[in-house]
Amino acid sequence: MEKRDLTCIGCPMGCQITVELEDGEVISVKGNTCAIGDKYARNEVTHPERTVTTTAVIEGGDKPRVSVKTAGNIPKDKIFDAMKEIDSTVAKAPVHIGDVLVKNVAGTGVDVIATREIGVK
Amino acid sequence: MKTYDIVIVGGGPAGLAAAVAAKEAGNDSILILERDHELGGILNQCIHNGFGLHTFKEELTGPEYAYRFIKQVLDLGIEYKLNTMVMDIAADKTVTAMNREDGMFQIPAKAVILAMGCRERPRGALNIPGYRPAGIFSAGTAQRLVNIEGYMPGREVVILGSGDIGLIMARRMTLEGAKVKVVAELMPYSGGLKRNIVQCLDDYGIPLKLSHTVVDIEGKDHVTAVTIAEVGPDRKPIPGTEIRYTCDTLLLSCGLIPENELSRSAGVKMSPVTSGPVVNESLETNIPGVFACGNVLHVHDLVDYVSEEAKRAGANAAKFVKEGEAKSGEVIELFATDGARYTVPSTINVDRMDDLLTVRFRVGEVFKNSYVSVFFDDERVMHNKKRIMAPGEMEQVILQKSKLQESKPKKITIKIEAEE
Repeated sequence: MEKRDLTCIGCPMGCQITVELEDGEVISVKGNTCAIGDKYARNEVTHPERTVTTTAVIEGGDKPRVSVKTAGNIPKDKIFDAMKEIDSTVAKAPVHIGDVLVKNVAGTGVDVIATREIGVK
Repeated sequence: MKTYDIVIVGGGPAGLAAAVAAKEAGNDSILILERDHELGGILNQCIHNGFGLHTFKEELTGPEYAYRFIKQVLDLGIEYKLNTMVMDIAADKTVTAMNREDGMFQIPAKAVILAMGCRERPRGALNIPGYRPAGIFSAGTAQRLVNIEGYMPGREVVILGSGDIGLIMARRMTLEGAKVKVVAELMPYSGGLKRNIVQCLDDYGIPLKLSHTVVDIEGKDHVTAVTIAEVGPDRKPIPGTEIRYTCDTLLLSCGLIPENELSRSAGVKMSPVTSGPVVNESLETNIPGVFACGNVLHVHDLVDYVSEEAKRAGANAAKFVKEGEAKSGEVIELFATDGARYTVPSTINVDRMDDLLTVRFRVGEVFKNSYVSVFFDDERVMHNKKRIMAPGEMEQVILQKSKLQESKPKKITIKIEAEE
């Protein structure tokens, strides 16, 4: 049996939650004080996901970098693979908010999109 | 020089929302003065997400949130000047500013909206011993270097202060390949959001040491090591608890201070608690026609609240230009005691308030299972249970105009009360 300790992010209470797992299946969730904590803990131990925000190099733009984000959550263990791909991307000005700069980043099925308007220099 | 009814000092989230609201309230003579080379303020460098959940019901990054308002300003044809520094605001609301195109110029405004934001507490204000080498940055400066300019300040990092910007930068530096060794926090609790502690520190195995501070910085030309130590309840370092970290960078995230030099020289009355102007229900300062909103008024944790507050300031400035000074109405004073540190606003003129008025405040320590109580004179009229309140999270109560008209209190007090 595996035990995982988590801090709930559902509200500022920050309940300390302990999850017990058997072969990847959740057996029990303890320490939470509401339903939000239970749901958070189950997601977090089975398929933790995050949105990644960073910047990419841009050519010919009126700013040195373009800020970007993954259009949705990606698996937590793919964050550094995604960073590597985004870091090797060179965008070309102009860029508008929502433009896709990397397709299917790190094989996650999620695109990386621009979060800033970049004009031509 | 062209004249304007309303001059807004600052083109960040507060200034933009105030401008839009003033325009929508019917004023067509508005000018925003911004010292940076673009609109949007600090949001441009806050590339992480989590903005706008209240306002737009979706999670936006800082630049996306800013652009929603910038676009409105552009679409409404509101005038603005970039690279423009306001030098002085006179008590008669003459604004003196300068830039490269116009030189020094003066605008005799009918109303002024203060929206200058805040700045980070610098090293000089923290009394950290040690040399003064390169490699020490405020977290916000590092954020600008990484996110806007595309430079890395260093590779091995120690962070002092667990405010949200420090936490966000711990993750940001880690994603860009730096090793963040520790985040030290003087207080026994973090000033940052739980979500940021989990997603910026725990996710990357970065330790957070509460009740710790920096006691030594080594390195003559550049930082080579930082020593932290545990502090006692008196916040003084405890000998023998020192831990030394070799590093090339120290980031400081030790609080924000409203930037009110202009307000002070104009004669605006300041609150010693918030370091921002004292304002009434219309977010108007002691100088009629001078309004304040956003982080220059009091430091916020959510930009959504800044936008909402700034809209009120903008609409009220437009109303002031049209109708002039308030002539009637009893003024009720607000007090914060027993754990509540301050209120914004500080006074209410019932005749001029909206049907519902949001009063915002902060608590001075962590309270669990306590009550926010509102007293009209000595009578308790509100008693709301809160599971948790922390200094890092702004609280609010909503007052009804009809209730105030009914009971006509002389003063309103907000207190934090324990369970009975």
